[in-house]
Amino acid sequence: MPEPLGFLSAAGEVVRDLPDFARDGDTLRALYSAMARARTFDAKAIALQRTGRLGTYASSLGQEAIGVGVTSAMTDADVFLPSFREHGGQLWRGVTLVELFLYWGGDERGNDFAGPRQDFPVCIPVASQFPHAAGVALALQQKATTGVAVAVGGDGATSKGDFYEALNVVGAWDLPAIFVINNNQWAISVRRTDQTRARTLADKAVAAGIPGEQVDGNDVIAVREATERALRRARDGEGGTLIECVSYRLGDHTTADDASRYRDDAEVSPHWKAEPLIRLRNHLVANHGWRKDDEQALLRTTGDEVDKAAETYLAVAPEPARAMVDHLYATPPADLAALAEELGDG
Amino acid sequence: MAEHTMIEAVRMALGRALEEDPDVILFGEDIGIDGGVFRATDGLIQRHGSARVRDTPLSETVIAGMAVGAAAAGLRPVAEIQFMGFLYSAIDQLANHAARLRNRTRARLTCPMVLRAPYGGGIRAPEHHSESAEAMLAHIPGLRVVIPSSPARAYGLLLAAIRDPDPVVFLEPKRLYRAISEDVADSGEALPIDAAVVLREGTDLTLVSWGAMLTETKAAADTLAADGVSSEIVDLSSLKPIDRRAVRASVEKTGRCVIVHEAPLTAGLGAEIAADLAEHCLMSLLAPVRRVTGHDTVMPYPRLERRYMPSTERIVRTAQEVMEFA
Repeated sequence: MPEPLGFLSAAGEVVRDLPDFARDGDTLRALYSAMARARTFDAKAIALQRTGRLGTYASSLGQEAIGVGVTSAMTDADVFLPSFREHGGQLWRGVTLVELFLYWGGDERGNDFAGPRQDFPVCIPVASQFPHAAGVALALQQKATTGVAVAVGGDGATSKGDFYEALNVVGAWDLPAIFVINNNQWAISVRRTDQTRARTLADKAVAAGIPGEQVDGNDVIAVREATERALRRARDGEGGTLIECVSYRLGDHTTADDASRYRDDAEVSPHWKAEPLIRLRNHLVANHGWRKDDEQALLRTTGDEVDKAAETYLAVAPEPARAMVDHLYATPPADLAALAEELGDG
Repeated sequence: MAEHTMIEAVRMALGRALEEDPDVILFGEDIGIDGGVFRATDGLIQRHGSARVRDTPLSETVIAGMAVGAAAAGLRPVAEIQFMGFLYSAIDQLANHAARLRNRTRARLTCPMVLRAPYGGGIRAPEHHSESAEAMLAHIPGLRVVIPSSPARAYGLLLAAIRDPDPVVFLEPKRLYRAISEDVADSGEALPIDAAVVLREGTDLTLVSWGAMLTETKAAADTLAADGVSSEIVDLSSLKPIDRRAVRASVEKTGRCVIVHEAPLTAGLGAEIAADLAEHCLMSLLAPVRRVTGHDTVMPYPRLERRYMPSTERIVRTAQEVMEFA
């Protein structure tokens, strides 16, 4: 079985010739900063949830390279369809921290982001975003744009028919769609190895007749490189790709989960050595003059930015009750129009 | 103007929509060269090409889910589920996504899609091919559920559904596909989508029904008329939202109501209408609101399906009991 595509070892050594973008210090610093920003957001979100100021939240701890790597390869012409664990990707695309806090804080306005207007909100029902991605890709193809639909789901999602059925139509119709699997080894409490006997999740592309590639999902360079190649293929009319990003869920499934019920520290701790930020930081220190000052400045800036966004979110008043009616239909049917009046602006 | 069957009227509306809006796209199983198993799309692939009239792989989940994605990304998909009995796996996409996308993005993304499906029994089809599961769909906030009762109404309502900015499930009473012909002009004119219609005015009794059951309902009204009972027939037409005002207005006039549907009794739409009349029209009612429906059983195989579906006699008998109530 081939090793997953990787450029940096867990310690940050270059193990394969770097792609051009990864020779550029500014690009690598931007990727590193984006992952650090996602992790800072993550810590704040959990802290807010633990103190009753945010709803149930799904952490992306340890998987920041996937969202950031995938979206850093995308353009404004593309459409991102994330699962609920790709905050780093949403942030890279231009969704704001305040909007993410609003969404996870239980306010629909968090999905009305000012940034990538064509992107989908996170998808909670597992794997149901993959058929959407096929439909978005169909529209992009039909309208003869260069855009590509890029959906991300978890390893558990590959057990669902939605995933296989959508992957199949992407293959059958040569749709410009990329399905990315964040294989964090756990579908809540069920291990990847108990989900499927498939050798790799990337192998699942075989039945759809499209390329499937396994990459080191903790190596942001590998994730971005694989996505760039898949985007090029899609833009050249060569159809879709399945990318499996091998990673590890360092945290609980969500803040409502207690992973100690089904796995112990001895299982988790080795994976901390392989998480995505350390290796890129080591690489930046060794090759691009990243100093302690830079690291501290980054943490201070993102910390301040995230704290400020949290304050802004907490100061946002809930919508009036009638908002639950106002956006259900373009023109509310008579009974709902009456309900909106009854619920009122309070 | 020429006479057309309902299946021809559906085809005319689909063709008209393809002509007038380049964003309209049709997909489903066997809708291309085969023209659909009922021939609703016959000839459309020849006229509009295989990019806009597409045979999908055999997956109802993909048909519905792809319609959501395509609609959000700027197309106007009109997707077909071959039979309503195969629609259940698409309900996930309808309930979790199509019906919610506008609301959960505060109208940043919308879902102007139509999901067509033939429904109902009475054509001696195999099992799973005769279901009337409209109440399951009518329970979903954010959807529209529409059922036409004639060729002209099928034409006008389907155009309205396709032009609507929100998701519409368009259920076609397949027993009527070729049962009746009437004048249908390919005028491009849509009918109001959220409105019930009074098909026949009357003074003694309101009969509420929709789709193919209006055949038996009209026959029952004829029988009752021979006995001097004047029935008003309301074609509900829109099952989500229900045009409650139209039903109430009729019952306030007649004081009596019988609801007829092919779907099972329990938690059927007849229950919702009866409850609404109890809440709003109690003082107008001269007799209990009654329902004549399919039984609370699985739809039987063809040999027994006529024993399952409401017959003209059952409707007449129930209406007579309502008239005799004192």
